[in-house]
Amino acid sequence: MTATTGAAPPVAARRGAFRILPAIELAVLALLLVVPFLLADRPELITLLTNVVILSLLALSFDLCWGFSGIMSFGQALFFGVAGYGVALVGRDLEFSQLWATLPLAMLAGGALAALLAAFLLLGRKAPTSIFVAFGTLTGAYAAERLVAGWQYVGAGNGLSAIKLMAFGEYEFVEGLDFYAVALTALVLVYAASRTLVRSQLGLVLAGIRQNEERLAFFGYRVQVFKAVVFSLAGMVAGLSGALYGYHQGFTGPSNLGPGLSTTAVIYCLFGGSGTLIGPVLGTVAIEVLSYVLADIDAIRQFWPVLLGVVLLVVVTFQPTGLLGLAVSARERIGTYGARKAAR
Amino acid sequence: MALLQVSGVTKTYGPLKALDGVDLEVEAGSFHGLIGPNGSGKSTLLKAIAGAHFPTTGRILFDGGDITTMPPYQRARRGLSLKFQITSVLTELSVYDNVLLALQATEGYGALFRSRSRARLDGEVMAALERFRLAGRADDLAGELSHGEQQWLEIAMALAPRPKLLLLDEPTGGMSPEERRVTGELLAPIRRHCALVIVEHDLDFIKNICDRLTMLDQGRVLGTGSVAEIEGDARVQEIYTRRV
Repeated sequence: MTATTGAAPPVAARRGAFRILPAIELAVLALLLVVPFLLADRPELITLLTNVVILSLLALSFDLCWGFSGIMSFGQALFFGVAGYGVALVGRDLEFSQLWATLPLAMLAGGALAALLAAFLLLGRKAPTSIFVAFGTLTGAYAAERLVAGWQYVGAGNGLSAIKLMAFGEYEFVEGLDFYAVALTALVLVYAASRTLVRSQLGLVLAGIRQNEERLAFFGYRVQVFKAVVFSLAGMVAGLSGALYGYHQGFTGPSNLGPGLSTTAVIYCLFGGSGTLIGPVLGTVAIEVLSYVLADIDAIRQFWPVLLGVVLLVVVTFQPTGLLGLAVSARERIGTYGARKAAR
Repeated sequence: MALLQVSGVTKTYGPLKALDGVDLEVEAGSFHGLIGPNGSGKSTLLKAIAGAHFPTTGRILFDGGDITTMPPYQRARRGLSLKFQITSVLTELSVYDNVLLALQATEGYGALFRSRSRARLDGEVMAALERFRLAGRADDLAGELSHGEQQWLEIAMALAPRPKLLLLDEPTGGMSPEERRVTGELLAPIRRHCALVIVEHDLDFIKNICDRLTMLDQGRVLGTGSVAEIEGDARVQEIYTRRV
């Protein structure tokens, strides 16, 4: 056996290689900062962009589960929807909507519910299979949707409308640039925290779990506890997303916590490229903008969802690494973990 | 008291008895080989010791404690390490990160999030890689290594946390004769701090590195003793000449 077999390029060459992911991240950030000002006279597009930013958070929460930890969750909308109902009820019953309290509380609610679900699904005596977790989360989302659809206190099938406007002191946020600024700030903060997490030594453990959790258990890792922690953190992100969505729409309904929206988050992530963080954001932008554009074309107004479905099917089937996989190498997607030492 | 004591372990899968009242003792610092024909229960026994599955009946004591139904992560933390039969290095991670993962298993969440372990454990990671002739491949993906190198990497990973007992399931599978020879050389020095239980089909390899052998057949222990004793056992010779 020789010490330098294989067709891999020399290490030195790799170290100096151009990394495209940070460039894409910066470009997306720049676009999200600049575009709203270019669209200032098109309020409906600011509304669309705000929705995209908020839903990106939901897609990001799924990426933390699946892309980085191998947890196939079809229930992210559960945490999203519960937080949306939460801020709606607090606004209606307590007449309180101060964002400095309601947004953190929404995150706590999403995180606590996710932790509870994780305790059932992940922390049993035997390690659960991916299918078990997928069905468990799917069932949770479905059950929650049915529950609120029949519960008069939360508006039953009609949901809760006229949600009290999100406020900071006396200032109330309505649709527009100021709400967009809040949503974008939330996205940037969550993205930065997620990026730090997945590129840390903890992220290395998650990468190991994603590839071979049995191997990690034999090293001495409490694999299911790691997964439960990430699932709970992802629940917090989904909760933040749901609260912002509720405030922005002024409405929340049963479909906001069901399998439909959960699956949409999965599609956003897979379409953009899971396990990259920026992929889910790009996927959300692409799908929402494409939906908006297609729905506005008279010639295809009747069947644009079919067209969109075909596009999604083609990408997810033939490009499993998503749109980002077209530009980013596998090695770069895998990335590095922790501080890079000078010698490496 | 022996480092590892397996007493009356039975493992059944429906009507099939994969292990049938197996007893085994391994002293600290000794190299113990498990031999036997295919389906004799060698790998099943190794997995029961490692915690991949629990025995149907019987007890397993390790380092003075009962580990019979202990989950694998707790066994690992007590000093038990396993190399799987099928190579299970993490192919999408670098060679360096594979070893680092093996070393940082007991770090707290906070330390992992702040990435404290990488700098602190760098010396140990590189020492483990140098011991197995992989230091020059530290930055390569584990999936880019040859099969033999992946086997070495996995042994390096299993040894990195300095376990008290290493379980090796067919470590030389798929290796060339030269690679097998080198593997034997690489394993010899670990005797100073680690006992070894090894399952291997290559009898010459196992005879060269082990102090004692246990012969299994159809889930039962046929005999245990020194290499010379087992080689001289008529029942062992009969099984090996007829069925292996």
